Amino acid sequence: MYRTTDILTNTPNASLSEAGYMVINVGPQHPATHGVLHLVITLSGETIINVEPHLGYIHRSIEKMCESLTYRQFIYTTSRMDYLSSHINNHCCALSVEKGLQIEIPDRAKYIRIILDELTRLASHQLWWGAMAMDIGAITPFFYAFREREMINDIMEETCGARLTMNYMVPGGVMFDLHPNFQKKVKEFIAFFKSKINEYDEILTGNIIFQNRMKGVGIISKEDAISYGCTGPTARGSGVSCDVRKLYPYEIYNRIEFDEIINNGCDSFARYEVRMQEMKQSLKIIEQLIDNIPEGDFQAKTKTVLKLPKGEFYTRVETARGEFGVYIVSEGGTTPYRIKFRSPGFSNLSALNHMAKGNKIGDLVAIMGSIDLVIPDIDR
Amino acid sequence: MTNEELKLFLSEKFPSLIIEEGNEWLTYYTEANEWKLLANEFCSNISLQFNFLFCLTCIDWKTHLTMVYHLTSTAFKHTVVIKSKLNKENPEIETVCNIWRTAEFHEREVYDLFGVKFLNHPDLRRLLLTDDWKGHPLLKDYEDPINMIKL
Repeated sequence: MYRTTDILTNTPNASLSEAGYMVINVGPQHPATHGVLHLVITLSGETIINVEPHLGYIHRSIEKMCESLTYRQFIYTTSRMDYLSSHINNHCCALSVEKGLQIEIPDRAKYIRIILDELTRLASHQLWWGAMAMDIGAITPFFYAFREREMINDIMEETCGARLTMNYMVPGGVMFDLHPNFQKKVKEFIAFFKSKINEYDEILTGNIIFQNRMKGVGIISKEDAISYGCTGPTARGSGVSCDVRKLYPYEIYNRIEFDEIINNGCDSFARYEVRMQEMKQSLKIIEQLIDNIPEGDFQAKTKTVLKLPKGEFYTRVETARGEFGVYIVSEGGTTPYRIKFRSPGFSNLSALNHMAKGNKIGDLVAIMGSIDLVIPDIDR
Repeated sequence: MTNEELKLFLSEKFPSLIIEEGNEWLTYYTEANEWKLLANEFCSNISLQFNFLFCLTCIDWKTHLTMVYHLTSTAFKHTVVIKSKLNKENPEIETVCNIWRTAEFHEREVYDLFGVKFLNHPDLRRLLLTDDWKGHPLLKDYEDPINMIKL
């Protein structure tokens, strides 16, 4: 990679190394960055002086691509951004098109969408939990997490036909009706996961080694979290109330009982706790809806060719990582004039340097794990 | 503040702002050279407190570029959109990354993909593309015969 040699020879970092600092590269191929993220870390001994993320290794220019795709087609590119929240990304795009066309979607579709959103959130948090534990040296949680995640993936496969990039949401509702086994399988999963979620706490949360690794590292204050644009569990771990589901409810979230989890710990452990509690809230949401899915259409009648009126439309939803926004500028044609995806990972990553400064190099992995980065979401 | 209250407040305090009607949120146009002062006031004014810049982007309108800033206040929950027109030949605007830290990355992205120069930005380099990349891909007149497939 030309960047690596470049950085070591003729960038501002070279002057730092003269001052006795060491510059090391983590990534772009590194197991703890969970994707092709490249970090240039300046160290004084073991203490982190500066962390500089280098992005773009998986940049596909999705925003440019979307300018030549129709309003039915562009949704599918967003599954490839945050691939762990692909349902929720699709949901946001479908919402923005519906907002532009002022389509009212059937209740059944709303219920299906929310249940699948929450299942996606659960699957994403489970993967995060397993992967983060593995990053800091605990192997067993990974197998625990994947045991339950597999059940969700099976449900998704049955209903949507895919396990990762579902592409199930379309403008006007969902693509197909639910599989007949859906309710039964979801209930089985809830019962199973409820009996297992305490194991998560037993094996990891209460572990003294784990707590020592997580507590007091990666501190970011409430004001800084807002200023850096952090959202999702990263910001809620610093006491910022930013859950889009509560602040700007979409679909039927205003009719559902659930709590917004806020923790004032401001460190990696606080962010960990927020996600653990969120899993329980997601279960609560699914439980409220699964028996009450109304009968009826699963898709509103829409025209074959969708044309958004001239104007600007901004919609946001809460993904597993934070606030995901779609900003569409329309000129009245069949394709968007400009699309901007406000991805949560991008803003959360910008706070990494602030969180990591002054910590030891070994803690960097714990900090990165607690932000829950998905690189295709950052690079877009 | 509700949208009406905010509109009244802003029209009294900043008479130079030009409103754009027909959007979900209050939308104003400002001159690029006035943006820095305005941004400072928007963030620090005790009854506005726009402390959360949740979206920063740029649009290429072929004749000119438009910067778009989405601001919200975590305390009062009101939202405002500020736009600024930049000329195409030499797009320049003051950075706001000392006011909202998230702007540092977002402005680097806009510089990378649109070529907008952010004056006084501490580290204005390409973010997503390689350092030797030619041109700015999100501009409408960008041509790349190798990497772009026209449908």
